[in-house]
Amino acid sequence: MNNPILTIDNLTKRFGGVTAVNGINLEVMPKETIAIIGPNGAGKTTFYNMVSGRMQPTEGKIMLDGQDITGLPPHKISRLGVSRSFQINNIFPEMTVQENVEVVLSAYHGHSRKLFNLASRNTGIQQEAVEYLKRLGIDGLKDQRAEVISYGDKRLLEIAMVLATQPKLVLLDEPTAGMTPDETRRTTKLVKSLADSGDYTFLITEHDMDVVFNLADRILVMHRGEKLFAGTPEEVKNHPEVRVAYLGEEEDEVVEEANP
Amino acid sequence: MSGIGAALLNSLDIGLLLFIIAVGLNIVFGVLNIINFAHGALYMLGAYLAFTLINLVGMPFWAALLLAPIGVAILAVIIDRVLLKFIYSRDVADSLLLTFAILLIINESVRVIWGSGIQVVQPPQLLSGSVELLGSSVSTYSLFVIVVGLLLLAGLWYLFNRTRVGRIMRAAALDRDMAEALCINTRMVVTGVFAFGAWLAAVGGVVAAPMRALDPGMGDKIIIESFIVVVIGGLGSFPGALLGAIILGLIHGFGGRYLPEVNLLLPFLGMALVLLFKPNGIMGKGATA
Amino acid sequence: MKTRILMGLLAVVIAGLIAVPWIASYFYIFILTEILILGLFAASFNLIFGYTGMLSFGHAAFFGIGSYATALVLIHLEWPFLACLLVSMGASALLALVIGFLSVRLNEVYFAMLTLAFGMMVFAIAYQWRSVTNGSDGLAGFTLGSFGLGLDLTLGNPAVYYHVVLAIVAIAAVVLYLICRSSFGMILKAIRQNPERVSFAGLNVRTYRLVAFVIAGAFAGLAGGLIAPFLRVASPELLHWSMSAEPVLMAILGGTGYFLGPFVGSAVFVLLETWITSFTESWMLVLGIILAMMVIFFRKGLLGTALDWWMEVKK
Repeated sequence: MNNPILTIDNLTKRFGGVTAVNGINLEVMPKETIAIIGPNGAGKTTFYNMVSGRMQPTEGKIMLDGQDITGLPPHKISRLGVSRSFQINNIFPEMTVQENVEVVLSAYHGHSRKLFNLASRNTGIQQEAVEYLKRLGIDGLKDQRAEVISYGDKRLLEIAMVLATQPKLVLLDEPTAGMTPDETRRTTKLVKSLADSGDYTFLITEHDMDVVFNLADRILVMHRGEKLFAGTPEEVKNHPEVRVAYLGEEEDEVVEEANP
Repeated sequence: MSGIGAALLNSLDIGLLLFIIAVGLNIVFGVLNIINFAHGALYMLGAYLAFTLINLVGMPFWAALLLAPIGVAILAVIIDRVLLKFIYSRDVADSLLLTFAILLIINESVRVIWGSGIQVVQPPQLLSGSVELLGSSVSTYSLFVIVVGLLLLAGLWYLFNRTRVGRIMRAAALDRDMAEALCINTRMVVTGVFAFGAWLAAVGGVVAAPMRALDPGMGDKIIIESFIVVVIGGLGSFPGALLGAIILGLIHGFGGRYLPEVNLLLPFLGMALVLLFKPNGIMGKGATA
Repeated sequence: MKTRILMGLLAVVIAGLIAVPWIASYFYIFILTEILILGLFAASFNLIFGYTGMLSFGHAAFFGIGSYATALVLIHLEWPFLACLLVSMGASALLALVIGFLSVRLNEVYFAMLTLAFGMMVFAIAYQWRSVTNGSDGLAGFTLGSFGLGLDLTLGNPAVYYHVVLAIVAIAAVVLYLICRSSFGMILKAIRQNPERVSFAGLNVRTYRLVAFVIAGAFAGLAGGLIAPFLRVASPELLHWSMSAEPVLMAILGGTGYFLGPFVGSAVFVLLETWITSFTESWMLVLGIILAMMVIFFRKGLLGTALDWWMEVKK
């Protein structure tokens, strides 16, 4: 069990003259929770976009469980067991909360290829969907249209959808961004319990340092596309350069903005 | 040899005419993010207005070339302010549907006003002859079309690269919010660009009038051709529109001469080939869903 | 409760449709036959537009090919009608596969342009390939023989033909409805709302769009196969983009968000056309104005607007 689930080797992305991500190396072990932190424009989202197949890396290699997934399209990477959430809400607004999860489950179980089953009678998938909603504590909202539920609940719904593909690796992109302090606490507790359950391997980006120190086993600090430091939460807290990087937090927001 | 020379000149005049029209479609798309399905209908209106001004009012061709496109541009301002204003903030499907509705309305109006029959506009005296060029006789009017196309090409290049208005249009194309933040009245820019696109279509229509017979189906033919041009060249790309138009011009110029039996199919085959290998067009990017 | 009322209403409508030949004149039988066929055409279009979110301006290509296929088989092979219809569906599905393969991977704007352009390509072929298609005159002079399945039906009788159309359209509508309500249909709706999220759930969106496009093409072909014997001709007009405009308008008119929307749209469309063409030739002008108004003010269509109104009243 000591083989890493994800191995990133010299991952690099350039946009014209701008290097958004520069030579990142990372190994993620199974059942580990790794947080990636860094100021805006540090290249976190670009990094995620490459791992999840939304962008092609300029250089470098991404291995999932020993298999090269570099540059594969998103649906193939998802099939292989990488599931991600987005910084902005990415749900199906006109469907009910439960249907949102059902879509992902149908895709995962291959029901999406069935032309003549009645989706509304697909009890197996419906029960499973409710299970996931329960796990996130939003099963009370299952019959609401997804566009009308609160922002924080939408983010939780998204996490439910991410988990529904039973991924080997979960990428959460700022799961608590835009949440009220109360929602943040609730979400952190939830992710913590999911991580502690030992069923998932998490890669999380986050701005909120309390959340990060609470959740992460290890932390990768990025600055201007490069790895500044990697270590345990304790080591990161005491690292002088990391503090400097955070003092300069407001300096460069350009690259991240350009690559939504 | 003379055959090839003639086909080449022919390709060039078709190509540049298509460029004038397709570039209007492209500019409107670039700034407004709308594909104007009524673009061909506006081209047709330009031609029919010129027909009225020349054959019925008795104006010289040159006056029609000046006035007809202005008339069409004014109509475009009305279309923008009365109809399109509702859908700019909506889903892209709504703009496609609405311009399609405008296409139906203009097409049928032309049929009602000018009839379904064929109308002919004579070229001006000055351009009705022919000259010897590359070993074959070429109509002066063809050369005139080429000159107009090249002048517009140079003018557009100047507009987009050297003038404030052009830069505003490009800024608005990149990011409407940012343009607004720079205190550019984007509402004016949107109306202006839509009218400018219509003006280009109508100029194409007036220029085409003496070369082609006028009938209520002429707009449909040209809109399909313009789509092929922008698909081949790449949607939203200015050099792409030129390249696509020249390629389609060559297909017509040579195809019509050497492969008449499959002539109608060739443009579509060209488009299908480009789609197979370069789905976003030769100079385009970022259209894959 | 609401579903019960709607179901009851639907049952009354269907019973009424079955009874029509005994209570109405030939004029209304013709009109209803046309409404049913065009309704199926529009419903097939709405599978890709209302459900999957792909706006096609070239759907007439499949409708037209379906009508030519049935006409050609009747002229040259004299097969039973049911076999002709299957050939129509197959031919249209094949064409949809080719056009769809080139078009579905691009975004909405491109898709709209490409479907219009490829639709006109098919029109150009039908217009020019005189030896097979008889050019602008189209194919005429074919007669319906047997129906197939050993059924003894006089298809030449408009009342009988109406019943055949009613049965086939009803079956096709049920099949389309089941597809819309299946897991596959759910994915199509998800693709319309958020294609990227669907691909991150592990599905190749392109493939799903293509399958939907081919199914829609096949059912448009079936509608085309039904229209040829009804009009007694398969002509290039059936392939023209103005024919592609009809399902677009019908779907918008009835309501793209409802399965029955296109059928309602078809009924309103045909009745309006019959009424308006009785005093003006500029039907297309009226059509354009109606389409513009519907898009701007009643985007939910007549059915959607009526249902909203009903909900309000109920409150």
